[in-house]
Amino acid sequence: MVTDIRDGGRGAVGTAGTSWLRLVAGAVLLLVLLTAPLVLYPIFLMKVLCFALFACAFNLLIGYVGLLSFGHAAFFGGAAYVSAHAIKVWGVTPEIGILLGTATAAVMGGVFGWIAIRRQGIYFAMITLALAQMIYFLALQLPFTGGEDGIQAVPRGHLFGLINLNNSLAMYYTVLVIFLFGFAVIRRAVHSPFGQVLKAIRENEPRAVSLGYRTDQYKLVAFVLSATLAGLAGATKALVFQLASLTDVTWQMSGEVVLMTLLGGMGTLFGPAVGAALVVTLQNYLAATQLPVTVVIGAIFVICVLVFRRGIVGEIAHRLGVRKA
Amino acid sequence: MFAEIFGIPPQALFGQLLLGLINGSFYALLSLGLAVIFGMLNVINFAHGALYMLGAFVAWLLLNRLGIGYWPALLLAPLIVGAIGIVLEKALLRWLYKLDHLYGLLLTFGLALIIEGMFRHWYGVSGMPYPIPPALQGGQNLGFMFLPNYRAWVVVASLAVCLATWYAIERTRLGAYLRAATENPVLVQAFGINVPLMITLTYGFGVALAGFAGVLAAPIYSVNPLMGANLIIVVFAVVVIGGMGSILGAIVTGFGLGLLEGLTKVFYPEASNIVIFVVMIVVLLIKPAGLFGRER
Repeated sequence: MVTDIRDGGRGAVGTAGTSWLRLVAGAVLLLVLLTAPLVLYPIFLMKVLCFALFACAFNLLIGYVGLLSFGHAAFFGGAAYVSAHAIKVWGVTPEIGILLGTATAAVMGGVFGWIAIRRQGIYFAMITLALAQMIYFLALQLPFTGGEDGIQAVPRGHLFGLINLNNSLAMYYTVLVIFLFGFAVIRRAVHSPFGQVLKAIRENEPRAVSLGYRTDQYKLVAFVLSATLAGLAGATKALVFQLASLTDVTWQMSGEVVLMTLLGGMGTLFGPAVGAALVVTLQNYLAATQLPVTVVIGAIFVICVLVFRRGIVGEIAHRLGVRKA
Repeated sequence: MFAEIFGIPPQALFGQLLLGLINGSFYALLSLGLAVIFGMLNVINFAHGALYMLGAFVAWLLLNRLGIGYWPALLLAPLIVGAIGIVLEKALLRWLYKLDHLYGLLLTFGLALIIEGMFRHWYGVSGMPYPIPPALQGGQNLGFMFLPNYRAWVVVASLAVCLATWYAIERTRLGAYLRAATENPVLVQAFGINVPLMITLTYGFGVALAGFAGVLAAPIYSVNPLMGANLIIVVFAVVVIGGMGSILGAIVTGFGLGLLEGLTKVFYPEASNIVIFVVMIVVLLIKPAGLFGRER
């Protein structure tokens, strides 16, 4: 019997009697997120939130459907380019720009998903990687993307024409709202009947088929949802950093989001966000040292795969689950 | 001399076709190694590009640190890369065989980052030249085009190694064991064949092919820490197009797509970077298992 990659998510805690505990924990978490910019550097926090949303969106596929997409940078970066272009060149307001970028990612997700779900497992990973590399070359060559320079100095503008986003606190709370919205969508999807079917596909696809589910359609919807939210993260990132660049569409970026999810815990709700926070912090820290970042990232990858496959949150949930049983 | 062909001067056309054939040689060698490894280990070796780069660097280091030239390097570098591969397999990869195959991909991705990151840290991103060996300098004037000797050698050497590999796997007794172990490792082990050893050696051989390709590439492209990073993704697309069921399929697809890429450079250069990915999409839509593949 082959052990499944999606093992990480099993053994989650939640039973009756813990709901009030969750409520308190959620309130504390929200309070922390609301007050965090008073303590920490807002731009760092916004970066964490953008990548956390990106990783949560990616996790929807790997953690709940068992599909490893190695090309999610295409949606993240593609949406960043479109938003940056729309805001800077067409002069649309920030919310319209983000919506346009997100919509682009949704369409790309539909096309990519339609092509990629024809194969499974490793092939799925290779196909998404190749498709994303195609987007990379397009971003390098198309006239509107600015080639090696990317699209720089994107104005943050006024949200709904009212709120000045050049104020970093206003920007932070905007990003926080976007993140919470994306997270709520994922949470809702995972706990819905739709999410149950996704998990059934993850556990045993032939059986889900035999029960009458059109698994390809479920996979495609999950893929589009994941791509859309990844796009939302990328578009928001473009606005925060006022920049869309080639870095956003490289395969290294696709690899980074895999690492965030793996480190935090695949198939857990909070894991990817925790992983994103850790990886972004680590990158900030390493940037100030002489250590080569990619080597450290690669080493974490190897260690996670060899001995820490549940990830941080997955490991915690597993320990708690064991104690309860 | 010759009339233009489809409005393209023949020198340009044949020049690009030759470049395509060279690229195809590398696609074929690398996708062959990937296919051999995948058949035996069920692992997609993401580190293949990094080990190709390592082959080129080993050749460069042998020349510049020890004064060992191209011809010995052509043998030594694959051996060294193969030995490194065996260590990696023994130390890391073998713990993952009972898990989902995706973990193998993730592990080798991490290894690729480590290897490439280290060389980037030591040598920067600018390439270092590797001289063409004296015996292969110069070229032949074929009348319709100028054929540099070294490039001809690359195509011939790659074809020879590919065909030798095909022969070894499809026509020898050892190859028969290998194919049997790919189908049913437990049964083959029951017949008294040391399957774990075969797996280790297969990985070593597969990455040695990548190292060999790296040495071949060193005089053509500059020796550069990132030379394998983007190549490996194209090779993945090649593997998806060909399907991993057949050794000969990997070779034919590799050379064929190289030529196609060369042709695209002549007729529509803007698309030359993405033509292989487009072919991949078309193949997936028509024949999802790949041109030579079996659904598994």
